[in-house]
Amino acid sequence: MAAYLLRRLLQSLLILLGVSFITFVLLYVLPADPVRQIAGRSATAQTVENIRRELGLDQPFVVQYARYLAGMVQGDLGRSYLQKTEVAELIASRLPATLLLMLGAIACELAIGLTMGIFAALRRGTTLDHSLMMLSFVTVSAPQFVVGLLLLYVFAVKLGWFPIGGYGTFAHLVLPSLTLGILGSGWYSRMMRSSMLDVLRADYIRTARAKGLSRARVVLAHALPNAILPVIAMIGIDIGIFMGGIVVVESVFGWPGIGQLAWQAIQRVDIPIIMGVTLVSACAIVLGNLLADLIAPMIDPRIKLK
Amino acid sequence: MSLAPDDAQTSRSGADLAPDAPPVLAVERLTVSVRSEAGVTPLVSDLSFTLRRGETLCIAGESGSGKSITSLAIMGLLPPPAVRVTGGRIRLGPTDLTALGEAGMRAIRGDRIAMIFQEPMTSLNPVMTVGTQLTEAIRAHDPVGRAKARSRALAALKAVRLSQPERRMTQYPHELSGGMRQRVMIAMALALRPEVLIADEPTTALDVTVQREVLDLLRDLQRETGTAIILITHDMGVVAEMADRVIVMRDGKAVEEAATADLFARPAAQYTRDLLAAVPRMGRGAARAAVAAAPVARLADVTVRFPLKGGILGRTTHHVHAVEHVSFDIRKGETFALVGESGCGKSTIAKAMVGLVPHEGLIEIGGSPLATLTGPAMKALRRRIQMVFQDPMAALDPRMTAGEQIAEPLLIHGIGDAAERQTRAADLMGRVGLTGDQLGRYPHEFSGGQRQRICIARALALNPDLIIADESVSALDVSVQARVLELLRALQKEYGIAFLFISHDMAVVENISDRVGVMYLGQIVELGTRAQIFGNPQHPYTQRLIEAVPVPDPALKRPATARLSGEVPSPVHPLGEGPARVVLTDIGEGHLVARP
Repeated sequence: MAAYLLRRLLQSLLILLGVSFITFVLLYVLPADPVRQIAGRSATAQTVENIRRELGLDQPFVVQYARYLAGMVQGDLGRSYLQKTEVAELIASRLPATLLLMLGAIACELAIGLTMGIFAALRRGTTLDHSLMMLSFVTVSAPQFVVGLLLLYVFAVKLGWFPIGGYGTFAHLVLPSLTLGILGSGWYSRMMRSSMLDVLRADYIRTARAKGLSRARVVLAHALPNAILPVIAMIGIDIGIFMGGIVVVESVFGWPGIGQLAWQAIQRVDIPIIMGVTLVSACAIVLGNLLADLIAPMIDPRIKLK
Repeated sequence: MSLAPDDAQTSRSGADLAPDAPPVLAVERLTVSVRSEAGVTPLVSDLSFTLRRGETLCIAGESGSGKSITSLAIMGLLPPPAVRVTGGRIRLGPTDLTALGEAGMRAIRGDRIAMIFQEPMTSLNPVMTVGTQLTEAIRAHDPVGRAKARSRALAALKAVRLSQPERRMTQYPHELSGGMRQRVMIAMALALRPEVLIADEPTTALDVTVQREVLDLLRDLQRETGTAIILITHDMGVVAEMADRVIVMRDGKAVEEAATADLFARPAAQYTRDLLAAVPRMGRGAARAAVAAAPVARLADVTVRFPLKGGILGRTTHHVHAVEHVSFDIRKGETFALVGESGCGKSTIAKAMVGLVPHEGLIEIGGSPLATLTGPAMKALRRRIQMVFQDPMAALDPRMTAGEQIAEPLLIHGIGDAAERQTRAADLMGRVGLTGDQLGRYPHEFSGGQRQRICIARALALNPDLIIADESVSALDVSVQARVLELLRALQKEYGIAFLFISHDMAVVENISDRVGVMYLGQIVELGTRAQIFGNPQHPYTQRLIEAVPVPDPALKRPATARLSGEVPSPVHPLGEGPARVVLTDIGEGHLVARP
């Protein structure tokens, strides 16, 4: 187990290194010039050159990347070009909000998606099944800002059940989590439905029924743990998709997370922040997958970590 | 709990068979139909029988005869909503089961009627411990506490003679072998002492020695509990050993119902006679002259090991010793059979011979060592060996027509043009007993036996010297099996093909082979002509295999054998260690036996 963890963490470091390199290359070849953004339109060529030298952006690519790496291993992600704050500090102050939103969203997503999937599978071929699957299709295809604004309008503006935006209390968390959760639930309901249908056909379900167990016990104790396995692997992958969604949803709800930070940084070509957010997101994805792989053997004893 | 004596079968007294008592279960004019777009089709029609306490009734028949549907109908487990009982009644005592709703059936299932299924590997929930699965069965019907249910579950595991029952309670199904899992299923079914036990092909998926143990166990438990058993099987050997009465079913109808001895001695229906005639029996193989031709394949000291990795660096820590120091040769035109139980390495040898797994030692095909061949030479060699597998449905591409699949080997080896290949495919179809106009059909349009014929035609396409038949007839119904075996024999005579016939079925091997190698744990423990192996088996394992085969003759008195509840040892060993090497000695006329 310890050996497995160690190996997985080493692999994760390699992945992060790869992500940092690719992102760095992409930002290097980007036609937008960060120095122009910092200096402003009226700056002289001399000022621009000075800033460029100051930031080390006049150096060749290899030197720039090596400097970045050297900082990164010491936990130094550089300073924001515009805010002059440490990127690590900026991210650290924003990360809790994003993690909270992510947890809320995953909870909503699973609660909605799995319930839909299970009921669709149990009522296969009925109107309920068809309607649920139609609904899942709608949620998968709906744009995030549309769902977000719709929820805002109905539950915050019209009904006034939840605050319109911001951060701080549980009530603030509900609508953004629900937005992300509704969007993700489509995938999960479809996946859960097909997984559940496979499991319901299994011989051990027939055995469970032959024992005279109640319908609820057959579904909850026998079918569900088996059917949920592929879904757990999906959660790990899903965190990556989340990161994309969070940028939009945080903007819609004024949620002070790293999604907003990233959005602002992209507009201003604030390269250190973009790099930092990308690396933190990659970390989240890698850890999410690791976590999913660690949870799977707790449910299925046949899975051995090695 | 006392164990019954070994001669249980012959000493069955009338004490627990009460002919005058009302039947435990009565099926009256049962009709089960499936509703589809084509209308309502009966799967079982007008079936009637009764079952008394302590009695074993066998329902025998081939696939599609409706025997499993009958059992599911009794359990109320027919797949809804398409399949349902459309006529007749099933009475359990005074209760009509067909009139009960789901809630009423649930109270009966597992409590008064229990069932065990064919596939022990998949019939237990993989993510739940054996103990939990047993206790929940008990608690579903008996409102006892957790501790009480647990102790009863433990008692049930002890009753099925499972080794280390306390430990089994905490284990998961994948940690148990097939035979052990089937014991768990039996324990689960009998824990509540049901009046009726339905056993649907309970030993079909098990090795023959394990089958023997499970059948003995069922018989002993029945004597103790007086449970009436409905045994569903396709195996007439099992019928002869287990049944008091037999119903032979075909196409959803009972063809014949008789006491077991009468059925075997005087089968009334033509179908029963055909079925009995098709059953492979030991001692029926036609004597053939020994083949003294040149070998088409020679194996010397062949070893196949698979690495198991572990540790931080993922280095090899253990090996699975699948095949260890195996040597034999196959001569032109002969059938060499490899027999042994699952996991003994017989299929691995087949894979090594066609280069699908790496091997150590020498494998020579037509005089050229396999290991030295690369590229074109390897491809040329592949023409000389073809394989036919167990499951023809899985071995055929569902999206290619029969003709395309038969012609594909020709295409791969660049033989002939499209028209010539088509002609050859049509020829081959004819040769295996199909017709040329079926070339354009897809695999799902054929029956199981026909599909296996297509696989054989595909194997013949390149005129191979050697065909490896890996359990090629094991999945087929006996009547189909008999015809496919007949075809293989005819093809061998016509083309002089050598067969490597891999099987777990001793009766089939005895019927088709010239020479036999018996494998155990990756090594050959006995090798000789068919007459030597079956007439004078020397190794204890060979003897055990032969004795374990159910004989389709109820009059035959089986000698009391020692009950071996043997679990085969693991073939996994740490690096640098391995199983003790078996040394074969010639005890005369080429009959090789492992010396203990």
